[in-house]
Amino acid sequence: MEKITTHTGTALPMRRSNVDTDQIIPAVYLKRVTKTGFEDALFAEWRDDPKFVLNQDDFRQATVLIAGTEFGTGSSREHAVWALKDYGFKAVIAPRYGDIFRGNSLKNGLLTVELPTEAVEWLWGAVEADPTLEITVDLVEREVRAQGRTWEFEFDDFARWRLMEGLDDVSLTLRDEDRIAAFESDRDAWRPRTLPV
Amino acid sequence: MSRTPQTAEGTRPRTLAEKVWDDHVVRTGGDQPDLLYIDLHLLHEVTSPQAFDGLRQAGRKVRRTDLTIATEDHNTPTDNLFTIADPTSRKQIETLRANCEEFGVRIHSLGDAEQGVVHVVGPQLGLTQPGMTVVCGDSHTSTHGAFGSIAFGIGTSEVEHVLATQTLPQAKPKTMAVTVNGSLPEGVSAKDLILKIISITGTGGGKGHIVEYRGQAIEELSMEGRMTVCNMSIEWGAKAGMIAPDEKTFAYVQGRPHAPQGEDWDAAVEYWKGLGTDAGAEFDREIVIDAAELSPFVTWGTNPGQGVELSGAVPDPVSLDDPAERSAAENALKYMGLEAGTPMRQVDVDVVFLGSCTNGRIEDLRTAAEVIKGRKVADGVDMMVVPGSARVREQAIQEGLDQVFIEAGADWRFAGCSMCLGMNPDQLTPGQRAASTSNRNFEGRQGKGGRTHLVSPAVAAATAVAGHLAGPADL
Repeated sequence: MEKITTHTGTALPMRRSNVDTDQIIPAVYLKRVTKTGFEDALFAEWRDDPKFVLNQDDFRQATVLIAGTEFGTGSSREHAVWALKDYGFKAVIAPRYGDIFRGNSLKNGLLTVELPTEAVEWLWGAVEADPTLEITVDLVEREVRAQGRTWEFEFDDFARWRLMEGLDDVSLTLRDEDRIAAFESDRDAWRPRTLPV
Repeated sequence: MSRTPQTAEGTRPRTLAEKVWDDHVVRTGGDQPDLLYIDLHLLHEVTSPQAFDGLRQAGRKVRRTDLTIATEDHNTPTDNLFTIADPTSRKQIETLRANCEEFGVRIHSLGDAEQGVVHVVGPQLGLTQPGMTVVCGDSHTSTHGAFGSIAFGIGTSEVEHVLATQTLPQAKPKTMAVTVNGSLPEGVSAKDLILKIISITGTGGGKGHIVEYRGQAIEELSMEGRMTVCNMSIEWGAKAGMIAPDEKTFAYVQGRPHAPQGEDWDAAVEYWKGLGTDAGAEFDREIVIDAAELSPFVTWGTNPGQGVELSGAVPDPVSLDDPAERSAAENALKYMGLEAGTPMRQVDVDVVFLGSCTNGRIEDLRTAAEVIKGRKVADGVDMMVVPGSARVREQAIQEGLDQVFIEAGADWRFAGCSMCLGMNPDQLTPGQRAASTSNRNFEGRQGKGGRTHLVSPAVAAATAVAGHLAGPADL
C-alpha cells in the first residue's frame, strides 16, 4: 500500500450531516466485482441536481472532502471508500464517522480525520469564500492547517503507523501465525464447524 | 483444555461482552490492537469478490474453510429462482460460486433449501451459538448478537483478512447497557422497541460501544425478537449488540443441524451459562428505558433515528434545537414529501414490504398473517412478502401462511434481501412510498427516489389493509 504522511489540496464543502454510505454510493452500483471504476457512482443520486456541490466548477479539483457529522454511517460497503478515492478524494474531514466506513477508509489509504463541528463550520465558510484555499491534512503532526490556522486531531497510534509505513494488515497478522495456530489447537471441540452434516 | 468464561474469584467482575472478547484474544498488548479469533465468517456475493481476488493475487488460501459459509442474497431476484436478467448481477453471483468452488467454501445457492438472507441462514442452521465471534461483510451482522455472541459487520479488506488468517485486529470497544425494565405492552414488538431506542440515541449514539440489551422486556422477547433488536444496533452506530444467553437461547439452538450433541452439548451449555454479565460489573454507559411507556413506532424521515409513535405526527423541524438535526429534518421532509404536523396515520402508502434480516423470520410472517387473515390488501397498494430464507418460506407454506397472504392479495416471493436495498429487481419507483419492515429509510435505499417508513410486521400488515400507516387496532 502507498505510504501516507500528509496531503495538501483544495476542498469541497458538503454541508450535510448523516451522509450514509447509501448516499455515497447507491446499492445499484455495488454489482461490480472489481475494486476500481466507481467514480461515476459517487453520490450518484445527488449528481442529477446541477446545484449539488460536486457539480460546481469551483470545486471540481477538490481532493479534500469536508462533511457534516455522522459521515459514512450505515452499510459496510467498502465501495463507498473506493468511489471517493476513484473520484480523486485523498482526505475527508468531519466531526464523526460511521465506524465501519472509518475502518474501511484507513485500509485503503483514504485519510479520514475528525475535527470539532466548529472547525468544520469554519472550514466550510473559508472554502466557500475562497475555493482555491489549500488545506493540509498532516498525519505526521496530527493536524489540519488552513489559512494560517491549525487544528489538532486525534489519531490512533497503530493505524497512523500502518498508514505511514504503507503496511498491509494481512502480512502484519501473519507474523503471528504461530500464535493463531496455538489458539486454534486450544479451541473447544464443541465449537461449530460449517462442514456439511 | 477447558476455557471457562467464569470470572475468577477476587478479580474484577466482567460484562458479557468482556468475557466473549477475552476468550477470543490471540494476541494482546504492545502497540497493536488485540488480535481476535473469528469463530464464524459468513459470506455473500456483494462484499466478497474483491477479497477473494486479494487472496488470489497474494497466493493465499482460505485458512479455515470449516468456519466459513456463503449464501446468495443481496443481488438475487425473488420472483423466480433461476433467471437473473441483469448480466452484471449474474456475473456477481457466478463469481461467488466460482470463488467458493476454487477455495473450497460451502455455499448455499439460489434454489438450495438453505439459501436465504445470510443473517437468517446462520441461526437457522445452528451455526450461530452463544459466546462466539461472528463477522460478515454486512453491517447487519449484529443480528447474531442475540445469542450472546460478539457479531459485527466488516468491510471487504477485513473479509480478505479473515479469509486469510481467521482473525481480525480490533481495538477493544467500550461497553454500554440498554436496560429495558418492565414488560412491553400488548401489541408492541421488538421492532417498535429498537426504533424507539434509535430515536433517543440518534444514528451515532452507540459509536465505539458493544451494547448489551437486558432487563425484563428483553428477557421476555423470543429469539426472533431478540434478533430484530440486535440487528438494528448498527443503526445507532454501535459496534455490536448482544443479549445474554438463557434457556430460551439454548432451546432455540438445540437440535439444529450444527448444534453440539451429546457430551458436547452439555459442555457447551455449561460454558454458555457462565457468559452472563457478573454482578457488580460496570458498563461505560447505561441507558434505562421503561417498557410500559412504549407504543408502536414508525419513522418519518431519512435516517432510522427520525422516528415517532404511530399515534404521533410528523415533527416540525423548527422544534429541534440542534442545527444539524434541524437541517437534516428539513431535508428529510422535503425528500419524503411530508408536511410537519401531519398525523402519521394519515400518511398513505403505495407499497408494503414484509421481509429482510430484521423482520423476515417465521415469527414475523406469523404476526403479519394473523393481522391480515380474512382481510384484503387495500386497492392501490402492492404488498410484497419475502421470507428471510428458503427454509422460512417452506415452514410458512407448511403452516398455510402463504395462502393467507395470497388470498389477501399480497405477492408471495422467494427468499432474499429483496426490497430492503435497491440492488436487485425489487425496487420502489421514484416518489413511491413504502411501509417496510426492513432497517434503513435512507434516501434511495429501496430504489431511486423511493420513500421509506420503517415499521413492525404488525404495522406493515395493518397498513397494507388500511392503505395508510396503521396498527392492527385501527382495522
